[in-house]
Amino acid sequence: MAQATYLTQSFSGDKKTTLTMRTDRWWLEPFLTGAGFLAFVIYTTWAMFQAEYYWAGSYLSPLYSPLLFVDPSASGAPPVAHAWFGYWPKWWPNFIPSSPAILILAGPLSFRLTCYYYRKFYYRAYFATPSACAVSALAQKDYKGETHLLLFQNLHRYTLYIAIFYIVILTYDTLVSCFRDGRLGVGVGTLVMAVNVILLSGYTFGCHALRHLVGGRMDCFSCASGQEHWGHKTWKKVTWLNERHMPWAWVSMIWVGFTDFYIRMVSMGIWQDFNTWGN
Amino acid sequence: MAQRSFKIWRGDKNNGQFVAYAIELEPGMVVLDAIHRIQSRQVTDLAVRWNCKAGKCGSCSVEINGKPRLSCMTRLNEFPEGQVITVQPLKTFPIIKDLVTDVSWNYAQNKRIAPFKPRTKDADGNYRMYQRDVERVQEFRKCIECYLCQDVCHVLRDHAKKEEFVGPRFMIRLASLEMHPLDIEDRIPKIKKEYGAGMCNITKCCTDVCPEHIHITDNGIVPLKERVVDRYYDPILWLWRKIFRG
Ligand code: SF4
Ligand code: SF4
Ligand code: FES
Ligand code: FES
Repeated sequence: MAQATYLTQSFSGDKKTTLTMRTDRWWLEPFLTGAGFLAFVIYTTWAMFQAEYYWAGSYLSPLYSPLLFVDPSASGAPPVAHAWFGYWPKWWPNFIPSSPAILILAGPLSFRLTCYYYRKFYYRAYFATPSACAVSALAQKDYKGETHLLLFQNLHRYTLYIAIFYIVILTYDTLVSCFRDGRLGVGVGTLVMAVNVILLSGYTFGCHALRHLVGGRMDCFSCASGQEHWGHKTWKKVTWLNERHMPWAWVSMIWVGFTDFYIRMVSMGIWQDFNTWGN
Repeated sequence: MAQRSFKIWRGDKNNGQFVAYAIELEPGMVVLDAIHRIQSRQVTDLAVRWNCKAGKCGSCSVEINGKPRLSCMTRLNEFPEGQVITVQPLKTFPIIKDLVTDVSWNYAQNKRIAPFKPRTKDADGNYRMYQRDVERVQEFRKCIECYLCQDVCHVLRDHAKKEEFVGPRFMIRLASLEMHPLDIEDRIPKIKKEYGAGMCNITKCCTDVCPEHIHITDNGIVPLKERVVDRYYDPILWLWRKIFRG
């Protein structure tokens, strides 16, 4: 029956010395998410510095929108009429590529970097605070959480306002892409751009800050009138998206990259865009 | 009959080590059963805390293969056959003996929180609440005070900031009071300055280990952080208050 007790292994009495006693592959998630995001950052940075092939027919890459200024002489760049403020500024220093993406990418980037989900992911994957649960966090002399250097995270709601503005613009871009040479039509590129708007909306409208602003800040949804406050209905919808915020975050991010890639490939003539305009 | 090997941490606050044991298995056993069997047949002085054996009292929290879990709710057959199962006490709290830790720090945190303070009653002497208004706080009431979330939270576990952060369990207690439709106490200043909402970096391990599946981070801590933002960090709201409320 029962075996005799025996000592097999002697650990240090100080339990703090081991990294973790977990036996599963706890490192896999921080590794994959860390590598996935890094790949996206590398692609976007590369695409941002290209400053060409971001326009195809009537499709504008989301990485280049809103298009503030344009240098129409670049290959695969739209006509100047599409830029909000016209020609690329003359004072722009030579050593920086005249890429419209450089002017606008800080908007969505600030939104993602202060997003509660992204914070979770990069504190885990890049800062090991902690990499995974019950795995020792990287030692810090005086851990301060989000109180000192990271206080700016509290302004996430302002980046949300920017993100909502971008959704309006990207929706506009998608509608405009249906008109080519004065003719209404649709192509695979239109669909790719429309899916991009849908995915970004799913991500943006599931934001924690939005959830708070539309209704979460209230303690009572019916106390004022005895009726359900409109904020509660909105809050429930945002909550539905919020519960799926992580998949929305990833899928929308990947699709932004893909939309740029698709338009780039069509613009370079490598891929053929199937559409009703026949070009 | 199949056997299973265990490594169980034995010792007190001064020192200790893992000790290996093996037992005969019976169908349906949970880790707590195995510990009890070792205790009754091999080492009668093995200390373990438990009560309900039904996942409802929150007493039997330990770390099983490195993960904070309820030993009465962890079945042995979820581990691959032949794998040695390690069981150790909660890392974040001082060891009394073997698997039993001293969690009294948590009770002290609870006492620091201003209790429920209801508004005045309606004219007919009643309180009225709609289900939709209490739903949010009911989720937090499911807490069984197992302190697995407190154990796994790296702020307490690795950075030892017990002076600066009350921990996830008490953040949801605070949320359950702050979001209560009848409560009128204002705890936001203390949530920022004393209970340490800013110490949490929302890495969500508390949510991952909670046996009651409470969305501690998403439904409790993040909403409280947003309320702190309203009060202290939102520049437009700050201006608004300056102008309209003097
Ligand atoms: S989400 Fe916050 S409270 Fe929960 S374990 Fe992580 S740091 Fe601790
Ligand atoms: S919140 Fe969950 S993990 Fe934390 S003490 Fe309560 S039941 Fe346990
Ligand atoms: S929390 Fe993720 S976008 Fe706001
Ligand atoms: S013994 Fe009560 S929860 Fe496990």
